[in-house]
Amino acid sequence: MNLIEIKNLDVLYKTGYRGISALKNVNANIKSGEYVCIIGNNGTGKSSLIKSILGLVSVSSGNIKLKCNKNEISYIPQFNTIPLDFPATVHELVLSGTQKSNMGLPFYTKEDKASTEKAVRETGLKGLEKRRFCELSGGQQQRVLLARALCKKPRILILDEPCSGLDEKTTADFYELLLHLNTQHGTTIIMISHDLINVEKYATRIIKLDKAILFDGSVSEWIKKRNDGEPI
Amino acid sequence: MNFSELANLFSYPFIMRAIIVGVLVSLCASLLGVILVLNRYSLIGHGLSDVGFASLSLAMAVGVSPLLMATPIVIITSFIIMYVSQSKKINGDVAIGIFSTGALAVGIIITALTKGFNTDVYSYMFGSILSMNITDVALSVVLSVVILSVFIIFYNRLFVVTADESFAKASGINVKFYQFLISFLTAITVVLGMRMMGTLLISSLIIFPAVTAKKIVRSFKGLMILSAVISVICFVIGILISFVLNIPTGAGIVAVNIVSMIIVSMVGQVREAIGIKV
Ligand SMILES: Nc1ncnc2c1ncn2[C@@H]1O[C@H](COP(=O)(O)OP(=O)(O)O)[C@@H](O)[C@H]1O
Ligand SMILES: [Mg+2]
Repeated sequence: MNLIEIKNLDVLYKTGYRGISALKNVNANIKSGEYVCIIGNNGTGKSSLIKSILGLVSVSSGNIKLKCNKNEISYIPQFNTIPLDFPATVHELVLSGTQKSNMGLPFYTKEDKASTEKAVRETGLKGLEKRRFCELSGGQQQRVLLARALCKKPRILILDEPCSGLDEKTTADFYELLLHLNTQHGTTIIMISHDLINVEKYATRIIKLDKAILFDGSVSEWIKKRNDGEPI
Repeated sequence: MNFSELANLFSYPFIMRAIIVGVLVSLCASLLGVILVLNRYSLIGHGLSDVGFASLSLAMAVGVSPLLMATPIVIITSFIIMYVSQSKKINGDVAIGIFSTGALAVGIIITALTKGFNTDVYSYMFGSILSMNITDVALSVVLSVVILSVFIIFYNRLFVVTADESFAKASGINVKFYQFLISFLTAITVVLGMRMMGTLLISSLIIFPAVTAKKIVRSFKGLMILSAVISVICFVIGILISFVLNIPTGAGIVAVNIVSMIIVSMVGQVREAIGIKV
């Protein structure tokens, strides 16, 4: 079943004196339960693609159809978008991830608090809940953003280079956690990554971008192409 | 002045009115201030109060009730400022700068052409304790009930919208609605508070408490509560001092806020130096 349908997508940024084309004629369908990794060099439109799925940048032409509620998507941005002097505890931030746009009154339920507790444990943040976000290390902050994304129990998890800034152990745990979510809970994962070794190890599908799609296929097709020495 | 004289002050109805309005407006301004300061929109209060000044001049020139004239004008301007700064063509600070200086100029021209700079103008630029009537009391009670309810009901939403706008957007939360809501409530707070605080100084009620409280809190909830407490305490001390020393109300309150900011900074530094965590 398709969860996301992207048709003839163009994204054009309007800066003061000229337009910058970030994506040109991108077509792709994301199916439920897939583990998709998006790869490509810097500036090839990876972040733009997922931001346009999330409605954070406007589509210049073409369209994106979401076959699920926006509430069912969680997103971890490439760069922390919380102001660095923002006074908030880890607990406050993670809990805020349970908010859904369609709930009646925006109060937290017992369930929300339980899933926050679980996400805090899964991301190894236990004991840091009362700390102020801005006094944590970069890697710890990244884990807070991850926990915030997880506590909603999303159907689709979208991650933009989530492992930059994580130590080796946390990275390994992190990939295990994603695999667990994908295989046990059927969470669809869309991740931008430069870590090709882990991409080949865990993903089910690879999309290589350079403004347009250069490659889109299963990991085994990708490995075969690579072994054949074909340029992609 | 001794204690019984000070206590006597509270028996004057005009002082009681000023204190009721002032406490409620300070409370509202400090809560809104938390959001505005964290979102780098704190000058919106200042811009709006200059627009308030222009509306007051106009109200005096044509002889209508100041509240009646200022409320719609300031609310509309707050929406325009929000809209313009969201469209990203002009930065928020530039939009506020244009509106505030433009409005100030208009207000000065109207004043100069009509009555000139008499004591009325002086009192609404710098604030006067005598300006509160029973309508103001009723309006500020309504306003504070509205603002407190908004903050209680939408507390979690306001948190996520303030902490991380793009996360809120990606979760499908209508960020714009909350931004307009905040600027609407700010406009009303400014209108209600500006005659007592003075149009030149009302924005201090928005900025100071949040900035002071932010120095020593860890959580967003703590920031909200502490700003409200600091704001109300500074207001009460400030209004009494201004009455006793016979200085304009707004200036007295700002002075108290500055002192409290310095004290809190020092407390924070001492605490850091001896390593206490709160
Ligand atoms: N907000 C923006 N305004 C203007 N240009 C942008 C903006 N964001 C990205 N771009 C441009 O779009 C292109 C793709 O950027 P991005 O999607 O961030 O690439 P990637 O995530 O693959 O590194 C780049 O050329 C970049 O300069
Ligand atoms: Mg990127």
